[in-house]
Amino acid sequence: MSSETLPYTVKPHPVTAMYSGKFGTWLFLASEVMLFGALFSSYVLLRVGAPAEGPGHWLSHHETHLSWKIGGFNTLVLIISSVTMVMAWASLKMGSLQKARLYLIITAVLAVLFVIIKLSLEYIPHIKDGLVPSHSNFFALYYTMTGLHALHIIGGVVVIAYFIGPGAKLYHKDPEYYTNRIECTGLYWHFVDLVWIFLFPVLYLL
Amino acid sequence: MGEDHHTPGFWRRYVFSIDHKVIGVQYMVTGLTFLMFGFCLIMLMRWQLAYPGEAVPVIGKIFGENNMPGGIMLPEFYNSLGAMHGTIMVFLGVVPILVGGFGNYVLPLQVGAPDMAFPKLNMMSYWVYATGGITMLVGFFVKGGAANSGWTSYPPLSNLATTGQTVWLIGMVFLITSSLLGSVNFIVTVAHLRSDGLSMFRLPFFVWAQLVTSFLLLLAFPPLEAAGVLQLMDRLAGTSFFMPSGLVVSGVPQTVAGGGSPLLWQHLFWFLAHPEVYVLILPALGIVAEIIANNTRKPPWGYRTMVYATIFLGFMSFIVWAHHMFMTGMGTKLSAFFATTTMIISIPSVVILTALLISLYQASIRFTVPMLFALAFLPMFAIGGLTGLPLGLPASDIALHDTYYVIGHFHYVVAPGTIFAIFAGVYYWYPKVTGRMMNATLGKLHFWFSFVFINIVFMPMFWVGLAGVSRRLYDQTVYAHGKAVQDLTITSSWGAWLLGLAQIFFIINFFISIRRGKKVSNNPWDATTLEWAAPSPPPHGNFATVPVVYRGPYEYSVPGQDKDFLPQHIAAEA
Amino acid sequence: MNVRMRVIVGLVLALAVLVCFDSSAFGQAEGVDTSGMTIDGNYGYGLPPDISVHGPGIDQLIHILHWFMVLLFVGWGIFMVRCLIKYRQRAGHKAVHGSVKAKPAKFLEVGVVVFETVLLLGFSIPIWGSIKNDLPEPTDNPLRLRVLAEQFAWNFHYPGEDGKFGKTAPKFIDAAMNPAGIDPGDPNGEDDIVSGAMHIPVNRPIICDISSKDVIHSFSLPVLRIKQDAIPGMRIPTWFQATKTGTYQVACAQLCGNNHYKMLAPLVIQSAEDFAAWQVEKSAPAEDFDEDEFED
Repeated sequence: MSSETLPYTVKPHPVTAMYSGKFGTWLFLASEVMLFGALFSSYVLLRVGAPAEGPGHWLSHHETHLSWKIGGFNTLVLIISSVTMVMAWASLKMGSLQKARLYLIITAVLAVLFVIIKLSLEYIPHIKDGLVPSHSNFFALYYTMTGLHALHIIGGVVVIAYFIGPGAKLYHKDPEYYTNRIECTGLYWHFVDLVWIFLFPVLYLL
Repeated sequence: MGEDHHTPGFWRRYVFSIDHKVIGVQYMVTGLTFLMFGFCLIMLMRWQLAYPGEAVPVIGKIFGENNMPGGIMLPEFYNSLGAMHGTIMVFLGVVPILVGGFGNYVLPLQVGAPDMAFPKLNMMSYWVYATGGITMLVGFFVKGGAANSGWTSYPPLSNLATTGQTVWLIGMVFLITSSLLGSVNFIVTVAHLRSDGLSMFRLPFFVWAQLVTSFLLLLAFPPLEAAGVLQLMDRLAGTSFFMPSGLVVSGVPQTVAGGGSPLLWQHLFWFLAHPEVYVLILPALGIVAEIIANNTRKPPWGYRTMVYATIFLGFMSFIVWAHHMFMTGMGTKLSAFFATTTMIISIPSVVILTALLISLYQASIRFTVPMLFALAFLPMFAIGGLTGLPLGLPASDIALHDTYYVIGHFHYVVAPGTIFAIFAGVYYWYPKVTGRMMNATLGKLHFWFSFVFINIVFMPMFWVGLAGVSRRLYDQTVYAHGKAVQDLTITSSWGAWLLGLAQIFFIINFFISIRRGKKVSNNPWDATTLEWAAPSPPPHGNFATVPVVYRGPYEYSVPGQDKDFLPQHIAAEA
Repeated sequence: MNVRMRVIVGLVLALAVLVCFDSSAFGQAEGVDTSGMTIDGNYGYGLPPDISVHGPGIDQLIHILHWFMVLLFVGWGIFMVRCLIKYRQRAGHKAVHGSVKAKPAKFLEVGVVVFETVLLLGFSIPIWGSIKNDLPEPTDNPLRLRVLAEQFAWNFHYPGEDGKFGKTAPKFIDAAMNPAGIDPGDPNGEDDIVSGAMHIPVNRPIICDISSKDVIHSFSLPVLRIKQDAIPGMRIPTWFQATKTGTYQVACAQLCGNNHYKMLAPLVIQSAEDFAAWQVEKSAPAEDFDEDEFED
């Protein structure tokens, strides 16, 4: 069963004004909102319920040893990667696979940079200092939320790498279909960026 | 437009097929197998319940000295059987059958589509489910046995439990992922792939039910996935999401950071698990509606009302969850809120049930085997729904919470409720899938024996619960109030074993009819919905020409017509 | 299926049903000996005896609810059976396509909504409110005790003559000697009683602060219509007043592990004098704190 016989794989549907893949991506993102939303809600519940002092108290800024500068820089890295992601899609719309590939590569590199900074400048030094997940609920949430987020970034990088490499063949067979898939990847990417925009102030600033 | 490739090989056709019909059958067979397995677990448990401390006859020794020394069940094994029975029935049995099985097979046909919107994603959904299922079963073989903290896995008990709990959590991550992928597929299929003329209010109620169910799965499952991740962190990384400070277990103070909240798990769990129960009932209501329409030979009463009620039910299902938590120290304001929303949500359920009942009025009722099960569903679902009332009001819940009354309540909805709807659906759509009818005599025997015994299993539980007997007791006779109703427990056990025997009629029928059933063409039931326009079974691509829809889904007994049914895709007579 | 087959099937079914109800022929359950105690009260099918002050309200709500449920079910059932008989498919009988004007159904809906509202606002919320909010005042002379659940026993911690609880901390917990973890250096704790059996005076309000050492348990007193989850890290109050003396049972109503089923404790309701005597007896110093101790 080839997708050509399924309607609206490329053409947008008159009512939803989207092709199927895009609608599906939005629905998937709704479920992701619920996933990260549950974690943010857990953060609220645990922080509000923590005693003011003594065992189990919520860590102060000083105690978390988190650098807003590093976090802020990483935020910038992700925002730029979102811009390059859009540029990749725009290049395809204007007919240039070469430019799109370049932008996709930059996006992937920035994403990998984000993860490397996170690991080498944050996770590893923290672990060396004994600030591991079991240290406190703050760190438990910190590692869980940023870790899940990082897994989403890595997943995104895998998809982008596929579209830079073997997946690019689709552009020559059906350019509009390929462009749409990059658009959907972009939607996912913007969402992952957005989650970080919430994670950063909650974990680093509040 | 001919096929431009060779016929795919064995693996692509039968194992990794992207055809929704093959995937539907895969889900159905796997799901029914798990359902039977989950039922076997409870049949084993029911021996211990009826005759506490006595060795299980004949098969007792095969479970090994770790679980059943000398054939006598250990409490830890009893608890594992209980937790896995619940998990397997809900997540490996009923939902995959209803959504993965019936939904996958029937929905694209009913909307006139050649397949689901994302066929490859569909195939992945099945294999992720199968992986999750196998993972769950692996739990029985790890040290310490399978998960044994209830299907609800409340911490700190589940945090402290043996390895089986970790396996359970990993299995759940697979199962949840499978559901999420599937729900995206269903929603986009209904939105985008309806054939010409098939507006939303011309859709069969079955499709509406599956659509709302998919939204529930999409939005309610992620918090449980989050909770699963948090519990995995607690168990594997030593975090304290659910571990308060100052725990002393068996005299040993726990060295965790503390400051966590056991209630956090309960909120996250029930946020899914309440919508989950509507996932268990809505597709069943969809199946029952189809069969009642077909066998009353008239449109069901209040189609639009039922659709609106279903949508309203979907919304409401997200704001009732804490009625499972009334006894956790909840104050008056919060409990009043949840009790109120719970009372409100009973209304659309009553509306849908009443609509189906009124559909019997001025009908012409055919007592086919699917119809027998669909009819029995109605009063059984009524009993289940009604017994939810004392549980949904906090004051009466004090006496009934975590007793056998709850077990009776939810089993009435799921067992003679949903599972009867599943049987109805199997007998109804079997000819579409195989091109042959199931044997009606065996079907009627299956029905009557199941109906009688399933009531014998669950009706006594209300009295046992009122008497105050708690859930999940390895031996209720420890308590005076438990000993006094032990004979009812014995009755339930015998009912369960005889119910198990009664399924032999179904199993034999299911397999024999593949070869020996009466052959039929595309519409043996004289039905109106689009799946009956396709051949039995439908070929790859379903319809030779895409059907155009001219009318609503239930135009039976239209005045002025020769036949008592007018299919959706037949153009009006000149 | 012809008549003969139907008769045979019916007989087989009837026999099978009899087996279910008379299966005591296949063996009786002895159950676990509850340390030879005699438990008061007549237990059978349905609600256990009620010997509490707020119990009648709960029981009344349950009764009204069940009558309502039976009424609805019988009403629906009669309608359904009538339809199944009257509208079965037979020659000369056609289904009616047109919509039924179902005024009775709308009437029923509104009636159900009104009734549920009455139950909620008139019964459940007030009863719940009185249990949760109207804790007894000091002028009512309540007895306060702490219930500390553990795997797999109940610890009842009384403040003793001075009415003050000794400070507790997990580090002082000793399974055999100090199950409640009372600070030995706190003078208030010297007269505290920690018992494995729950003793309470009759006709006096009792406030229990319920907690757990390890996992979630649930403090259940069926004859007093009391149920409250025992959650570690939380201390949740509940209150009640017993109206009759006797020996009953405390049950655990939340799966807590392997011996959840036998996590029971005696509930001994005594006259004021007997209770005072018991307190004196237990308060004496150099008492062995044995959590498995049962009273006679």
